[in-house]
Amino acid sequence: MTPEVGQGALVVALALAVYGAAGAAVGARRGRTALVESAQHAALGVFGLITFAFALLVYAFLAFDFSVRYVAQNTNLGTPFYYRITAVWGALEGSIVLWGWMLALFTLIVILRHRERARELYPWVLTVMLGVMAFFLSVMTIAAPPFERLTPVPADGRGLNPLLEDTGMITHPIALYLGFTGFTVPFAFAVAALVTGRVGDAWIALTRRWTITAWYFLSLGLLIGGWWSYHVLGWGGYWAWDPVENAAFMPWLTATAFLHSVMIQERRRMLKLWNLALVILTFSLTLFGTFLTRSGVIASVHAFTQGAIGAFFLAFLGLVVLVALGLLAWRWETLRSEGELDSVVSRESAFLLNNVFLVAAAFTVFFGTVFPLLSEALRGVKVSVGAPFFNQVNVPLFLSLIFLMGVGPLIAWRRASLENLRRNFLGPIALGGAGAAFFALLGVRSALAVLTLALTLFVGATIALDFFRATRARLRTGERLLPAMGGLLARHNRRYGGFVVHLGILVIAVGVTGSQAWSVHTETTLQRGEAAELAGYRVRFDGLAAAEESNHFKVVGTFTITNGRLGPAVMQPSKKFYPQETSPIAGVDYWIGLKEDLYLVLGDFTRDGGQATVKVQVNRLVTWIWIGGVVLTLGALLAILPERRKTT
Amino acid sequence: MKAKFIAGGAVIALALSYLIYAGVTQSAVYFVTPSELQAAPAAAKAYRLGGLVAPGSVRWEPRTLQLSFTLTDGKGSVPVRHKGTPPDLFGEGRGAVVEGRWAPEGYFTATLILAKHSEDYKAPADHSEAGYKELIKSLRRPGS
Repeated sequence: MTPEVGQGALVVALALAVYGAAGAAVGARRGRTALVESAQHAALGVFGLITFAFALLVYAFLAFDFSVRYVAQNTNLGTPFYYRITAVWGALEGSIVLWGWMLALFTLIVILRHRERARELYPWVLTVMLGVMAFFLSVMTIAAPPFERLTPVPADGRGLNPLLEDTGMITHPIALYLGFTGFTVPFAFAVAALVTGRVGDAWIALTRRWTITAWYFLSLGLLIGGWWSYHVLGWGGYWAWDPVENAAFMPWLTATAFLHSVMIQERRRMLKLWNLALVILTFSLTLFGTFLTRSGVIASVHAFTQGAIGAFFLAFLGLVVLVALGLLAWRWETLRSEGELDSVVSRESAFLLNNVFLVAAAFTVFFGTVFPLLSEALRGVKVSVGAPFFNQVNVPLFLSLIFLMGVGPLIAWRRASLENLRRNFLGPIALGGAGAAFFALLGVRSALAVLTLALTLFVGATIALDFFRATRARLRTGERLLPAMGGLLARHNRRYGGFVVHLGILVIAVGVTGSQAWSVHTETTLQRGEAAELAGYRVRFDGLAAAEESNHFKVVGTFTITNGRLGPAVMQPSKKFYPQETSPIAGVDYWIGLKEDLYLVLGDFTRDGGQATVKVQVNRLVTWIWIGGVVLTLGALLAILPERRKTT
Repeated sequence: MKAKFIAGGAVIALALSYLIYAGVTQSAVYFVTPSELQAAPAAAKAYRLGGLVAPGSVRWEPRTLQLSFTLTDGKGSVPVRHKGTPPDLFGEGRGAVVEGRWAPEGYFTATLILAKHSEDYKAPADHSEAGYKELIKSLRRPGS
């Protein structure tokens, strides 16, 4: 009975969302506050109902209600307790429910925070939020109903995809969806600004922290995804440019562009149209990403027609784009810039370039991802472009962006004088150049690695220089060192949060460069007692053992590792055999270090346990990617904190 | 002033177009079936070849890491060679996609094997359960 109740709750929520969206719009047009208030109540009702439905779905998982198709497909009696909860969003139907729940929560927060403050925009924001909500609820009721029954009821379910039995897979989707749904808020404000014709700075000021928050979660989601890929999939990499990764990366790129371009609008009253377009683009890309990953279109153009979900998303995406373009065209006249560009050598120009490169990177990723689809649809030839394409085109763009990271924050607005350039950049450029010479002499052969490291030094120096000067200025007013530094971070948390994010990106760049340029690996078959050698490590195979877990069997290889500095230590990569899977899952074992990770994957083995194939990888500097990720997220958090302007 | 920016934008757009064009021409991988590849093999192109691993065709030499098998689509079949452990999802009678080049000597050199990972789980076949049990037993024998 409960599944029907859950599905019913979603239908009622859909009706309420449609009513609320329409009510808020009519209320705004006719100036009837009672209708807007009624729409607020509807939003509250939607949140209550979807929370209730979500709870029922979790309950169905915990109670092993295999009469529900979605439960039977994604869990079985052997699934451990925690993973029964995370299995709820392990596949499409539950993901959409989680997404919808977050959207409803954000709608509620928008109501609480903005109903008094943004009188003009607010009703339209509510309309858009509830309109998007209605779309997701219609997916839940028509295209992918989570509570659909299954007959006959199976005695046991198929089980969760074993790859998802990992803590990274609990946090990764949550962070990613919070990021995706978070961009609905700035999008709603942008549409409201266009509808009301108030396209000034109000909507940007109101959504600034929303945007950074969404960006924070999206970044976190991408980083955890890379972490999971590296530690669970057993291929030794963290990013493969596959469509699923690209789907999340495209909105990240455009959102990053938006975070920067709003600063120009705030300072110089320029780029109004561009900012609106970027937010609309970012939101559209979140929908497009979901369409890509969930419609099966990636496998083939023709797979797209198999499920209703792809058509739903495509139709909604088309609607969003059309309405947005229509609004932009309608408000064309009021979107003129008030400021003018004065000089090519200026901060505006650096920010513009940053935007051009970020959007170009997003376009590249988009092009590479949809190229196979286009080629198949238009020419009937199935062609794909792999990782080399993305790297070739994006590496120059990313290096340019890193360079701009050093230039943008320090160069003068409007027109940079020679004096300004000399004062800010002479030292850092000299340091970068010296670094390049040093690394080249050190024997770094890869020109790309030398360039990246030199650029990293240059940008690091600009950040240090800025911070040093600002601290010195405060010391002169008689402050002590630590309070001076802390005060800087607290008072100008936006600027320094941005700097910390930049530092995080630099550290990630070092990790990526190092791992791409210097990692080594080997694959070899060993008899018991035999050893393989790689980069100073000796890996001896000592035998196999078997173990039985609650929902799978495990074959564990034992390897003894020695190298010059470390005594013998044991590593145990394994292979896990799940009954619901036709093939085993790798259980990677690794040693993590700041300089390098040792990474073992068990391959083929003989049944008597006397021989096994093992992949040994020494992945250099990978850990710095995760450290950089932590720095980046801390910087974003610092920027999210409320601004504490001086009142004096 | 505006002219400068427009010129700069044009230069960037051109550079990007060139990068994308060069990238596509250099790293395009053509999807083919075994029968299509047999009909017109070109040694210069990178291919992604998808088919069924023909039962009885897999040869795996653990000591030299040489793997060879035949991919078929019912109409044609192509011999494939690869250096390295077969991936976990690889097996006779299953779908597999390989990436690599056609060697003039008449076989396909795979640099990468992508075993088909479908989101749909099949119910476990009986033999697999028994197979695992068997495996566990054999590994638990004293002396192993």
